[in-house]
Amino acid sequence: MTVADTSAPVRAPAISVPTLLWIAVIAIVAILYIVPSVAPWAVKYPESAIIPIADWISAAMAWLKTNFTWLTRGITGIFNVPLQWAIDILAKGWKSGYGPNAVMLPRLSWVGICGAFAMAGYAFGGWRLSAVAAGCMIYIALFGQWNSAMLTLALIAISVPLCVVVGLALGILAYRKPWLDRMIVEPLLDLMQTMPTFAYLIPMLLLFGNSPVSGMLATAVFAMPPMVRATVLALKRVPHEIDDFGEMVGCTQRQKLLRVLLPSGRATLMVGVNQVIMLALNMVIISSMIGAGGLGYDVLLALRALKIGQGMEAGLAIVALAIVLDRLSQAAARQRPAMHSQDLTFVQRNPMLLLAIGLLAVTTLLSVYVLAFAAVPSAIKVSTAPLWKAAVDWVNIHFFDAIEAFRTFLLLYILNPIRDFLVDFPWFGMVLLAGFAGYRLSGPRLAVLVALMTSYCAVTGLWEKSMATLYLCGVSAAIAALFGISLGIAASRSDRFAAFLTPILDTLQTLPSFCFIIPVVMLFRVGDVTAMIATVSFAIVPAIRYTNHGIRQIPESLIEAATVSGCTPRQMFWRVQLPLALPEIMLGINQTALLALSMVIICAMIGTRDLGQEVFIALAKANAGRGLTAGLAIAFIGIVTDRLLRASTDRLQSRLGLV
Amino acid sequence: MNDQAPLREESKAAKDDRPVKLLCKDVWKVFGDGAKDFMATHKGVPTAEDLGKAKLVGAVRRASLEVRRGENFIVMGLSGSGKSTLVRCLSRLIEPTWGSIEFDGIDLLKASPDELIEIRRHRMGMVFQHFALLPHLTVLENIAFPLSVQGVDRKTREARARKVIDLVGLGGREQFYPRELSGGQQQRVGIARSLAVEPEIWFLDEPFSALDPLIRREMQTELLRLQSVLKKTIVFITHDFDEAIRLADRVAIMKDGEIIQTGTPEELVLHPATDYVAEFTRDVQRAKVMSAARLMRPVSSPADCGGSVLATDKIASFSARIVGIRKNFLVTAVDGRPLGEVTPDDVIDLLADRDQLREVRP
Repeated sequence: MTVADTSAPVRAPAISVPTLLWIAVIAIVAILYIVPSVAPWAVKYPESAIIPIADWISAAMAWLKTNFTWLTRGITGIFNVPLQWAIDILAKGWKSGYGPNAVMLPRLSWVGICGAFAMAGYAFGGWRLSAVAAGCMIYIALFGQWNSAMLTLALIAISVPLCVVVGLALGILAYRKPWLDRMIVEPLLDLMQTMPTFAYLIPMLLLFGNSPVSGMLATAVFAMPPMVRATVLALKRVPHEIDDFGEMVGCTQRQKLLRVLLPSGRATLMVGVNQVIMLALNMVIISSMIGAGGLGYDVLLALRALKIGQGMEAGLAIVALAIVLDRLSQAAARQRPAMHSQDLTFVQRNPMLLLAIGLLAVTTLLSVYVLAFAAVPSAIKVSTAPLWKAAVDWVNIHFFDAIEAFRTFLLLYILNPIRDFLVDFPWFGMVLLAGFAGYRLSGPRLAVLVALMTSYCAVTGLWEKSMATLYLCGVSAAIAALFGISLGIAASRSDRFAAFLTPILDTLQTLPSFCFIIPVVMLFRVGDVTAMIATVSFAIVPAIRYTNHGIRQIPESLIEAATVSGCTPRQMFWRVQLPLALPEIMLGINQTALLALSMVIICAMIGTRDLGQEVFIALAKANAGRGLTAGLAIAFIGIVTDRLLRASTDRLQSRLGLV
Repeated sequence: MNDQAPLREESKAAKDDRPVKLLCKDVWKVFGDGAKDFMATHKGVPTAEDLGKAKLVGAVRRASLEVRRGENFIVMGLSGSGKSTLVRCLSRLIEPTWGSIEFDGIDLLKASPDELIEIRRHRMGMVFQHFALLPHLTVLENIAFPLSVQGVDRKTREARARKVIDLVGLGGREQFYPRELSGGQQQRVGIARSLAVEPEIWFLDEPFSALDPLIRREMQTELLRLQSVLKKTIVFITHDFDEAIRLADRVAIMKDGEIIQTGTPEELVLHPATDYVAEFTRDVQRAKVMSAARLMRPVSSPADCGGSVLATDKIASFSARIVGIRKNFLVTAVDGRPLGEVTPDDVIDLLADRDQLREVRP
């Protein structure tokens, strides 16, 4: 006889109402799936009822184009000025006047730029960072990617300040007016981040012309959200007392904001800037493919021509640029002022800055006379392209059968069955399932949102393609989560393994999504398997990070309590660590899923047949309506996934009493 | 024994001469929807049940106090008692729901935003529990910050900042950043910063609570030293009763948003208004809060006295001497007029906590 026996009377096992409802919903869906003839309209969305949203958008764009071209072209003109400056200074050289009287000023010398990056590295992080920065830049120079890289850098140099300033302003506005934040800014940010970049590249192209400016504006739209979020967060995180202090010394609103709140939140703001830089790089690479030139364009050209070596080299140049920008901006974010004696002049306080400027000036002047300073001399250029090609050839010759068998196995027994299952899935059944899940997890509001967004995919006639997207992303996210969580658990148990993983994860996270495709394409050729592997490697990082962090952040006292209670290691893991880390792990899975979704478009380049392909075709045909409609569908899939996962995380957290 | 009553009156009258600097009357801070209307419908005097029914929270309830110029006024209460909310109401960092606050005769609650900025810039200073220093500024810049906000030119404000830096003993640390300083030093910066504008009223919100006990004592001594020079009007918040009686001219004790007793440390110890107050005062050494006037008897033989003390001197300040000499001490007024005498036996009884005090209690 235990105590429980006396306190709880024996009850007949009853099925709770929610469980019954779940069974009912699943039964309906199953019937629809197995016997489609019951309600054909609910299985395959009737073509006659498709709402021509795409046409409406196209018409609206056409109207905008005819009536507002003067405005948009004017904006293009204005933004073009600083952009051209940056391009001139970094990449092309300055030209004033025409004909024989033209004055040519050289672009900044590559030697100077390499030196300046090295000095920035030294100033922010000492010799190691200096070596990393210089190494990456010299790599870019020696491997013949200098011109493209500088074009990319010029675009970033103009987009990032634009993003930061606009993002700051929006963030401040959202902080001051919470209702604005809730009603407009938050949903807008969600949409901006989940909407695939290509989708809004199309209207940008239509409105702002086929110039680098459209690429820059698209970059700004894509890269701004983290700055807005970081600003709101930074302002909210400022300790209450500092806010009170600002009031008590009699600051005006403006003084308080500029001199008290923003400087106090500097660290968080700098994290935002770092994210903006990395996203901008990602986007600049993508948008350069549509004609702006730069590193992304080189990769695309090489891929199209199946020049694997060149593609790899250009890809690695992107990696190098990403690493330099990320490490430098992170180190700059960590800078904290330290005590200095009073009478230092500006020169004494900023020796590196002045040295860098001096070096740039001297080398650039020299480059007028010494050719080697103007352009990287071809004598010292190196190319590893043949090497890469040889390596890939070797692998293909020796392991072709094994790789092919692996590929075919995946396709035949895993990917294709899931794909077929999902593509035939009754649309109404999916709406019902998602809606009910939303209702159970959060309430009627989420249910309606989720159901409407799911219906959108059907109503616009994109159901099959949406399901194809869901299939590819779902499988990739599931695999990424599976591996990611395992690796995360391993990392949480061994400091050595964690230390080994950290730099790898850092690098994976800095790489533009585009880079993941190149090596995989070489081995697996184009197709779903390639897309899946690339997506998994791109999306795996958050799953690992959050799992590791989630387990490590469990309070030591709880672990000790469990140990004292006599838990075996296995019990410790299953009954203490995993349940407590679960909310955090869910957050990681959520991020992984969203990252997987963001790869959809990139994967379309290697021949997947889903919404990504739809956007890609629209881009080629400059069909704004078609592109945006498909883009919205991708965004909605992302939002539905995010909301459902977040709601279940919230439920978990409140059940654990963590909130 | 009869002449003690007028004497007490006299000492009180002396204090009353100082003009009232801050007057706070029936102040309420009620959190929740429709708090203002709720207060209006109850004409400013709702009961606890009224509040509960309306699902409102009364963080400060009907608080009244007056702080006189140059007074060390301490608001003491445990966490959640509403003391921080009250002091934020007094400086209008939080808008009170009901009541009136007069600062130097100005109705603070009617002041426009611009007027409030002016008042805060020149006449108020505040020290915070967690220092609230700006991390991106040096010590010197932090201290000069309030002046810089006012638009004072660099030279003047730095000169003024250096003066207060010397005053709080931070000389040589001007170019350090806050994170490079210890907690005690950081709070010295906070204190210096609040003094840079030469405020008339000085709010200190648990300034020493985040510090180690030893540093805390040192800072209390420092505050008493500063105050003996500056003679500011102080409103000091603390949850530490010992700190309160050490620093206070008068203490207001708060519980559940209400001020349950206001008085000098001596009054609180001798006549606690409620059991709650008595709970705090029980372990207080009476010699530290009681003045000579409380223990004195009529003069028996003036020639035989071993020394003389002021009526306002605390017993603890001369207890060692009187017990050592074993002779009666003469108690005099400030002008030297003899008022009575204190016997060593009475002091010993008091130190030993022997309850013979019944006779001095009215």
